[in-house]
Amino acid sequence: MVGVTRPRTLAEKVWDAHVVRTAEGEPDLLYIDLHLLHEVTSPQAFDGLRLAGRRVRRPDLTLATEDHNTPTWYDDPSFRLRRGDLLTIADPTSRTQIETLRRNCAEFGLRLHPLGDENQGIVHVIGPQLGVTQPGMTIVCGDSHTATHGALGALAFGIGTSEVEHVLATQTLPQARPKTMAVNVTGELGPGVTAKDLVLALIAQVGTGGGRGHIVEYRGEAIRALSMEGRMTVANMSIEWGAKAGLIAPDETTFAYLKGRPNAPQGADWDAAVAYWRTLPTDADATFDAEITLDAGRITPFVTWGTNPGQGAPLGSAVPDPEEFVSEADRTAARRALEYMDLTPGTPLRDLAVDVVFVGSCTNGRLEDLRAAADVLRGHRVADGVRMLVVPGSAAVREAAEAEGLDKVFADAGAEWRFAGCSMCLGMNPDTLKPGQRSASTSNRNFEGRQGRGGRTHLVSPPVAAATAVAGRLAAPADL
Amino acid sequence: MDKFTTHTGTAVPLRRSNVDTDQIIPAVYLKRVTRTGFADGLFNAWREDPQFVLNDPAYSGASILVAGPEFGTGSSREHAVWALRDWGFRAVISPRFGDIFRGNALKEGLLPVELELKAVEEIWARIESDPRTAVTVDLTAREVRLGESTWSFPLDDHSRWRLMEGLDDIGLTLRHADDIAAYEATRPSFKPAVA
Repeated sequence: MVGVTRPRTLAEKVWDAHVVRTAEGEPDLLYIDLHLLHEVTSPQAFDGLRLAGRRVRRPDLTLATEDHNTPTWYDDPSFRLRRGDLLTIADPTSRTQIETLRRNCAEFGLRLHPLGDENQGIVHVIGPQLGVTQPGMTIVCGDSHTATHGALGALAFGIGTSEVEHVLATQTLPQARPKTMAVNVTGELGPGVTAKDLVLALIAQVGTGGGRGHIVEYRGEAIRALSMEGRMTVANMSIEWGAKAGLIAPDETTFAYLKGRPNAPQGADWDAAVAYWRTLPTDADATFDAEITLDAGRITPFVTWGTNPGQGAPLGSAVPDPEEFVSEADRTAARRALEYMDLTPGTPLRDLAVDVVFVGSCTNGRLEDLRAAADVLRGHRVADGVRMLVVPGSAAVREAAEAEGLDKVFADAGAEWRFAGCSMCLGMNPDTLKPGQRSASTSNRNFEGRQGRGGRTHLVSPPVAAATAVAGRLAAPADL
Repeated sequence: MDKFTTHTGTAVPLRRSNVDTDQIIPAVYLKRVTRTGFADGLFNAWREDPQFVLNDPAYSGASILVAGPEFGTGSSREHAVWALRDWGFRAVISPRFGDIFRGNALKEGLLPVELELKAVEEIWARIESDPRTAVTVDLTAREVRLGESTWSFPLDDHSRWRLMEGLDDIGLTLRHADDIAAYEATRPSFKPAVA
């Protein structure tokens, strides 16, 4: 779209800058600046390439890691993984999947951060950490939480395996242009209220389909005031309310975060990049197809009670009565959710006792999240009968946390300090809930069985997770 | 991809909303490296319940799934589409789909049909009263037909054409390899490379 002068939004600017080809009645062909891979959604894509005799068009724009399927615990506490170790994967199908990724990366010449590598970790944690996620980029991954990278002003979205194959082969994707939506978050978050509470409150307000068909931009003073890591938590959960992607305009916070990271531009390239990034924020008179406003000052610690991320409520409230929902669909869904979650309407949420607390995931597995949990745990013990897992989002996060002594805080409190990976977020590796167990989890999905068959998940922020571990029931730090 | 023009079959009523892809196929089934053989994982947790509709012999052989709103939300796993196809489904009817699921389905010849909740409720009632009721999903006309009733559904022309021709997206895109190369020549030097 050469010569465009009309005011544009951040998302429109990034989109326009990546259109390879546009034709009437066809989706735009978008160039992809970075393709992230992991072991679960890529094997069939590589098979497709081989079958068609195709190569990876841009190995230099493709980065792989091992995260979903990997164990995060080793019985011998002195155990140290060596780069590329497979010995610890007991499940033969998991092991085959990891081996398959390694073989594919070797065959097609792709950079891989395997288990034991200093940069191994959850795919959405390592991108920003390496500085390979930058404003104005298009980023895709065969994972729905790819929107995380939108926190830095990138247009980032999750794709399926057929599209993974398409990007490997062509470095492009045909995409119909979505609508745009602004989420204006006014005011400021109160003390002890986090980015996680903000996004859970938003999803409860708009529902799991509220963002369908839209690229959203999170705006307003409460968003500007968030740290880079807090912004990642918000952008991460865009898919949980149906949005295609969630962006936050790059600013000084973004530039300060990126400067000096291994893959960030250097010297004259840095100056050129920053100059470009400064042109990206939404023009003052640009318009969105839809707008939502949220008052940050009214948000309090927020938790989910049901089996989708939209079924949430303030921690200070009670399990809702399904009959009070307006639509029949919501009433039916709430009845079913309460049955699965084994909850009775009217029970104060603070009365719910948990078996397991999980701190980690691409939503809340970064250093700031671990600090927030550790700050609450200092001088306390995890309640009897409660198991607490703390899982850093990446090997580098683990190392940084240990350098600050956070591992000691967790160990002293009786929590498990584990190795990096997706862990208990998704019930795919050895870290799972047992049937009937109730968890408070800093992850992103409270779906039936998500953390293990029959498990019951309450989504929470890191401070609420830590306070819950100490109290043995859903709690905020102020309750201790 | 298999071509899709029109399909007639029996239909299963799945009276649930927010059927996320973790329900369609739990993560433990995602460890496989093949593209087929996922039928055993389809709705695996729900199938443990003998009352679950897919366990009802009256609906055996059905090829159209009729579900509540927000079908296929959550994880991007294309395995959800593969599992539905492997089970024998050719189309899913719902008032609203998760975006990524919908995209995946269109790539694999599983037709996502968006009908209003009122229409879905009427179809539910009729296939519950007679599970052998034939339902036709006609992509050519963009219509669902059941007896004398007809409902139109939206689908963009490009997706419809691709499905009707059974076209491979990669092949289509590679026709424009020159455009891709021309674009690449203009990328700024500050863009990151990982190799």
